[in-house]
Amino acid sequence: MTAALRFDPIRLPEKCEQLRKEVRAFLAEEIAAGTFDPHQPNREDTDAPEFSRRVGAKGWLGMTWPKKYGGQERSFLERYVVTEEMRVANAPTRRFFVADRQSGPVLLKYAPEHIKMEILPRICRGEICFAIGMSEPNSGSDLFAAKTRATRTDGGYLINGTKIWTSSAHIADYMIAIFRTSPPTKENRRHGLTQFLVKMKQPGIKVNPIGQITGQYEFNEVVFTDHFIPDDHVLGEVDGAWKQATSELAYERSGPERFLETYYVLTELVRAVGPNPDTRSAEGIGRLVAQLHTMRRMSVSVAGMLEAGKEPVVEASIVKDIGTVWEQQLPHRVRDLAAFVEETATNRETLERQLDFAIKTAPKLTIQGGTTEVLRGIIARGLGLR
Amino acid sequence: MAESDNIVVETAEKIFADLADPQTINNDKTNAWQAPLWQALSEAGLPLSWVADDLGGSGASLADGFALLNAAGRFAVAVPLAETMLAGWLLAQAKIASPEGEMTMLPATPKDRIGLDADGALSGRARGVPFAKMAKHFAVLAHGKDGISIALIDTGKARVEAGLNVGYDHSDTVTLDKVQPIAIKPAPKGFEQTHLMLMGGVARSLQIAGALESMLDISVRYSNERVAFEKKIAKFQAVQHNLARLAGESAAALAAATSAADAIANAKSFNDEIYLEAASAKIRCAEAAEKGGGIAHQVHGAIGFTMEHILHRYSLRALAWRDDFGSESYWAVELGKLVANRGADELWPLVASR
Repeated sequence: MTAALRFDPIRLPEKCEQLRKEVRAFLAEEIAAGTFDPHQPNREDTDAPEFSRRVGAKGWLGMTWPKKYGGQERSFLERYVVTEEMRVANAPTRRFFVADRQSGPVLLKYAPEHIKMEILPRICRGEICFAIGMSEPNSGSDLFAAKTRATRTDGGYLINGTKIWTSSAHIADYMIAIFRTSPPTKENRRHGLTQFLVKMKQPGIKVNPIGQITGQYEFNEVVFTDHFIPDDHVLGEVDGAWKQATSELAYERSGPERFLETYYVLTELVRAVGPNPDTRSAEGIGRLVAQLHTMRRMSVSVAGMLEAGKEPVVEASIVKDIGTVWEQQLPHRVRDLAAFVEETATNRETLERQLDFAIKTAPKLTIQGGTTEVLRGIIARGLGLR
Repeated sequence: MAESDNIVVETAEKIFADLADPQTINNDKTNAWQAPLWQALSEAGLPLSWVADDLGGSGASLADGFALLNAAGRFAVAVPLAETMLAGWLLAQAKIASPEGEMTMLPATPKDRIGLDADGALSGRARGVPFAKMAKHFAVLAHGKDGISIALIDTGKARVEAGLNVGYDHSDTVTLDKVQPIAIKPAPKGFEQTHLMLMGGVARSLQIAGALESMLDISVRYSNERVAFEKKIAKFQAVQHNLARLAGESAAALAAATSAADAIANAKSFNDEIYLEAASAKIRCAEAAEKGGGIAHQVHGAIGFTMEHILHRYSLRALAWRDDFGSESYWAVELGKLVANRGADELWPLVASR
């Protein structure tokens, strides 16, 4: 066989189910207290710093990290359960999600010890928010075209240039960004980029909000003008960021957030059709549930591989490709079926409001965090086609 | 299950490689390959994998049997291996011993019914029965006034009208008119026709997943050989992205099918969770057969549309298997009803329970 793609039927261990109950109980309390409305999916506008701290106090942030950095040394599968329950409940995770999933693991691997001791416990306590500085006005999927410069100066670097489409930069305390420290070489165009830890809300950084087609302002333009970064904020090898970028992708691409972004419209549709659906509604719902179940089983399987210390980059890319295409189409399929919902359905307005938002959200899902085209390129490489 | 990881699968793969090579079979217009293949499978005890020793079988686990079916799909095996396994499994539910030779089971679709009358005779019609024409015995699930019974009958007692599915395999109509069975016993308490359909559906899902694995394999290989516009077609981005999608469909089918097989192998009863797993596998694998098979053909161009080429052995069979034991649209309606009946707030707990 050319392609030994495996998706073994991993089951979540018993301890995960206990944890799931705890997370559900916690979220139910938060909903009852009015922290957020599970029927309001446009949570991305919501910054919920107090909620973030309470999640941290539960020990659910950085939960796989070493205890000396504030972590719980729990399994990747347990983190999976917390993530999926938060997503399905439409909890306001924006403040901590990036730090917990992505930035923390990068710091764990590449930051100097004193930085880890300073920052990681604060992520675990839900105190700080991270952004990721990758894209630039002329560098999106083509990461290695980045031009924002980091120029050597006494004790560190001076940053000049612009990052763009940076989610949460307006509320972030830190950003992990790549900047150009050297020009690319003839042999290796990926050479010359370095990963940095950037402290936001400092001189030389200006954050300009950008309006999105959903009506939200969750991403930004970030302009750097002679912004100083000290030497100990370099993450990993100078000029060698390209070696560091790929291994984290499996974590970033295979999680439940890659197919649950618009899930709420399916729940609401089931509510609207009631206990005795007509054949058309039943068939539509049945197919969507079968597809959802399959993706979740694939995603859990990848989580199991990660837990076992593997680097399933191709499998993770497949999950994100199929998952994001599905969550993008979901609002449209639900809309098809909603056309036949009785006028008397009590949640009709909620469903319509949710569809309105989900349909506007849909286009970004196959772009953010690695476009469909990039993912298919990675899969094709895994198949031995390039 | 890309490589064999147990002795049952290893044995089967060796037999398939020796006696069921798709290219050899495709070149053979006489069906001379069938008898030696069946004999080798029988000697290895594979058709009665799911039948305990004391009932005449080889007593393999459900898990091993499922892995065997996935391997059979990778070779697009066209003898009644899956059918005999399922028939033996059905008979074993009622502790009826399995005879030697090819078997299949009735009914093979959710809506057909075989009746059992007060005299103990079986009547009714079953459509789309796979390999009925090649079988020596039928395992029958029958509805009587005291509930469900399981019976073994001689195929000579039934009327079999031959038909072919889109994969050119036997898919026949079987009519029983007051047939006296060789053996008949009540089904275990709680056993329903739906369970046979879900079990058959998972078997077909694993076969489809296996066929897709092979379609991906031969499509990738072909794209690395075929030259057009002065380069291998594998180097064209449009072809690469199509093959990436085929890999996705193959992976989804494999994940859904192996998950359902694992669920049934470890289940104590057929509850909502097992229903979700098994119905989803059939729905998703059928969708993958259409999308994935379509891409495999697109990559191959005209050569894949010829009888000479082996692609159709996989692509058409995968499409045909969609129809057995309830189509994807049938299961989608049933699963949709189950989900609606449980209510909106019980959907996520059901999905998350797996």
